[in-house]
Amino acid sequence: MKKKKSNPLSRREFLMICSKALPFTGIFFIPFTADQILFAQKTKEYDPTQHEYAMGINIHKCIGCGRCADACKKENNVPREPYYFRTWVERYIISTDGETYVDSPNGGIDGFPEFKDNLEILRTFFVPKLCNQCANPPCVQVCPVGATFLSRDGVVLVDEKYCVGCRYCIQACPYGARFLHPTKKIADKCTFCYHRLVRGLLPVCVEVCPTQARVFGEVGLQSSPLRRFLRFNDVVVLKPSLNTRPKVYYAGADGEVR
Amino acid sequence: MKAPRIPKKILGLAFIFSIVIAALVVARMLFIPPSFGKYGHYRADAVNEIVAQEINYAGYQACMECHDEIYKPKERSYHKSVSCEACHGPAAKHVEAPDEFVPGAPRERGYCPLCHDYNPSRPTGFPQIITELHNPGKACMTCHNPHNPVLPHTPEECSACHREIANVKRISYHASLPCVRCHTVPEKHMVQPKFVFAQVPVEREFCGECHAEGAPGGPDIPRIDLDTHGERYLCWDCHYPHYPEAR
Repeated sequence: MKKKKSNPLSRREFLMICSKALPFTGIFFIPFTADQILFAQKTKEYDPTQHEYAMGINIHKCIGCGRCADACKKENNVPREPYYFRTWVERYIISTDGETYVDSPNGGIDGFPEFKDNLEILRTFFVPKLCNQCANPPCVQVCPVGATFLSRDGVVLVDEKYCVGCRYCIQACPYGARFLHPTKKIADKCTFCYHRLVRGLLPVCVEVCPTQARVFGEVGLQSSPLRRFLRFNDVVVLKPSLNTRPKVYYAGADGEVR
Repeated sequence: MKAPRIPKKILGLAFIFSIVIAALVVARMLFIPPSFGKYGHYRADAVNEIVAQEINYAGYQACMECHDEIYKPKERSYHKSVSCEACHGPAAKHVEAPDEFVPGAPRERGYCPLCHDYNPSRPTGFPQIITELHNPGKACMTCHNPHNPVLPHTPEECSACHREIANVKRISYHASLPCVRCHTVPEKHMVQPKFVFAQVPVEREFCGECHAEGAPGGPDIPRIDLDTHGERYLCWDCHYPHYPEAR
């Protein structure tokens, strides 16, 4: 008798109620599924805190075709003349008497003419250059108005509306990567094609590089092409003594490369 | 006790100061944009403005979606790593309106040499031609398909790729030796030079076939005693076989 009191529903009644309630159980999951859908949309949206980018450049693979410099100008609407570049290709020629000659006619876009001086060449190679996207950027330190900054995903950007064109940052950059935009009269530089990154595309110089001398990817992702590049190559950064902590890594860089 | 009276001058100064401070606070609110300092010492809205820039290059994935018939063979060719837009130019507009904007194709002779003209600074092994001597006047496309470039003939001479070595060897004492005297070259090395390699000698005894005392050959060949000459070194540690200097 005691047992019946504590259990007023018979098994049959209980099952009947359950079967009636069955269609409504979905209600409990609505908040969860809605949250999941929203979350999925959020992950599709670009979250700068989840990314950190870097570039690898393999000097042994660069053929000096200048397609990167050409495409960069077309993508970012940098005027063809006067000769300013967000990225450019330098030719290094080291002669047998130890002298180093560096030239970059029109950034390498039109190819490299034969070196006129009658030099005995010891070794020679091409070095693509661009903004090193320093983690400790001197250009950001000197900006008097806070117009250039390190974004949360580690790219150094320029605020077009805030820049007053004082040229301090151009002076401060040890890599010569900045210039005064000839028509806008503001500081301009490589942005790692930031507008492409948020759309899930590669920087345009990496996209068009025919020999894959340029590699781009996430620093923190084990499977990214950049991590693979860093695993398989002996890399250096330019001017490490300045403690700018660049995020452009060079493989096969000669001691003469600065 | 009476509270000390604040002099009128101080009161006046305090009034002026409060107005100045209030003006500064108002000016700060007016002039500093609201998003400044959100993530750091910069205007957070600037990031959105930079992101709003339009893309001109669509990326090869976009090309692949429609031009499958070109992408498939290209994917397996020597030009597999060359993006479509590297030659055809920016094509984001073509993706948006395929009929209104059609990207061009560089069919003239001047474009391919940007990569393939001989230049000493280019990496060894990269296929290069001397444009002035290489079928002058002919467009590259008459012989080579840019989407699947293969050499009209596999190179017959080693010097086609190993020009530097061949140039040095030609003026050395080893000029009369063919490359295959020392290197075993598999047939496939001509087609896939980066995957199938030519073999190199690995032992001192190999050089000894000519240079050991009592080895067959003419009296001009320098002879050494293999047991005593530079005992623990390999021959090519000191002598460059393509230009042996020792006499």
